[in-house]
Amino acid sequence: MNPFTYSRAGDAAAAIAQLKNEGAKYLGGGTNLVDLMRETIERPTALVDVTGLSDAIEETDEGGLRIGAAARNTALAEHRLIRTNYPMLSRAIVAGASAQIRNMATVGGNLLQRTRCAYFYDDDGARCNKRRPGEGCDAIHGFNRMHAILGASDACVAVHPSDMAVALAALDATVHVESASGARRLPLSELHRLPGDQPQVETLLEPGELITAIELPAMPFAARSTYRKVRDRSSYAFALISVAAALELEGGRVRQVRIALGGVAHKPWRARKTEQALLGQTASEAAFRAAAQAELADARPLRDNGFKIELAERTIVAVLAELAGGAA
Amino acid sequence: MAIQVNDAAVPVPDDPRVSLLDLLREQLHLTGTKKGCDQGACGACTVLADGERILSCLALAIQYDGRSITTIEGLGAPGALHPLQQAFVEHDGFQCGYCTPGQICSAVGMVAELRRGVPSHVTADIAAEAIPFDHDELRERMSGNLCRCGAHNGIIDAINDAYAEAAE
Repeated sequence: MNPFTYSRAGDAAAAIAQLKNEGAKYLGGGTNLVDLMRETIERPTALVDVTGLSDAIEETDEGGLRIGAAARNTALAEHRLIRTNYPMLSRAIVAGASAQIRNMATVGGNLLQRTRCAYFYDDDGARCNKRRPGEGCDAIHGFNRMHAILGASDACVAVHPSDMAVALAALDATVHVESASGARRLPLSELHRLPGDQPQVETLLEPGELITAIELPAMPFAARSTYRKVRDRSSYAFALISVAAALELEGGRVRQVRIALGGVAHKPWRARKTEQALLGQTASEAAFRAAAQAELADARPLRDNGFKIELAERTIVAVLAELAGGAA
Repeated sequence: MAIQVNDAAVPVPDDPRVSLLDLLREQLHLTGTKKGCDQGACGACTVLADGERILSCLALAIQYDGRSITTIEGLGAPGALHPLQQAFVEHDGFQCGYCTPGQICSAVGMVAELRRGVPSHVTADIAAEAIPFDHDELRERMSGNLCRCGAHNGIIDAINDAYAEAAE
């Protein structure tokens, strides 16, 4: 691990002031960054510990929830209002990592964790455009069953590993960020970018910008929502495919729906084509399947991950059928 | 600048690169806590931070300034075993023993989470006030602690024996 200095910030203004140079990074629970530093893939010269920022989970005037970026993953998963009003978010969090890691990891850090692509981690033995932009990608023609089927590029086929972010994308969450030049908000679904020819740039955050909070809008129908994760082991493994969905039926027809996919792309994948295809349709397995296919028509399989297309389709159909109950 | 480790106040290391795990083992010689993978995959380094289970390998010691850490040495000692240590002995909850301190610290933290109502991946009703203290819940909640000897069934039996009665 390369040497670095360490400081703690009690609030956002202090954190931003302490992040003095390009080599400095914000530190949350450390569950990903410390590991990457030990691998010398990340080499920050300074760490600003932002776990002292607000971790409050509070109701907003608009009937939603504001979650401080320093809130630990476990705190979200167990929060009464999240479990009742946004169950897909609780379910997504407890589907990720292990309990020890969920106790350490912050919401802000979870969003900014980096891919677990094995070629990204293999600094000695593999080329990776995230580690060394322009050198090439050994995953594209390598062992790539875990990799992307949507939105990938010739430069990168890695997937975003977060489960929590998939639920937040489906829930229309907003990210609050701050920097020396002020505060702004952006939709969670626009926080992460697709790889294009710059896979080393993973988010739309400006240098030095700090995530301070996540805001969930009021979404009463999300009380009927869930998260399903398909993985190689029944616990403590990254997703092959995951689906976060909320569904409201009225007279047997789809009135409102939100759906996002994990394990398929460089970012949490909001399945807007599936949503569009479902609106107004009579809930049925055939309608769910057609809607899934509308999104997956864009899928481009790699050598080892063609199975993900059918797996995603089946998982979307199963989740929607579960949410529709006897209606489908 | 101090970390409370079991009953002692310990100065924070000068070098911020020192992990909590290396502080415990190499500087304090509390070698009960084990280094397995050193990358957050195995759970052998699990300790309690203010009662919550964490992975000491992914923790920089300096992050825990002002916090209270409990290791296996702080839970029980020869002649004064923690009830869970005794239950591990009675139920063959280990073979080689390398993962055991992490398993026991993890189980202590896990039981507190379960009693507090933290849901898990297998909890049928995510909004339930009370979570059942059953085999499937315990297995899922202990999935962050691997045992190469395959003593998982004994481990779950030991946790059940030590805590199930109190939970009902």
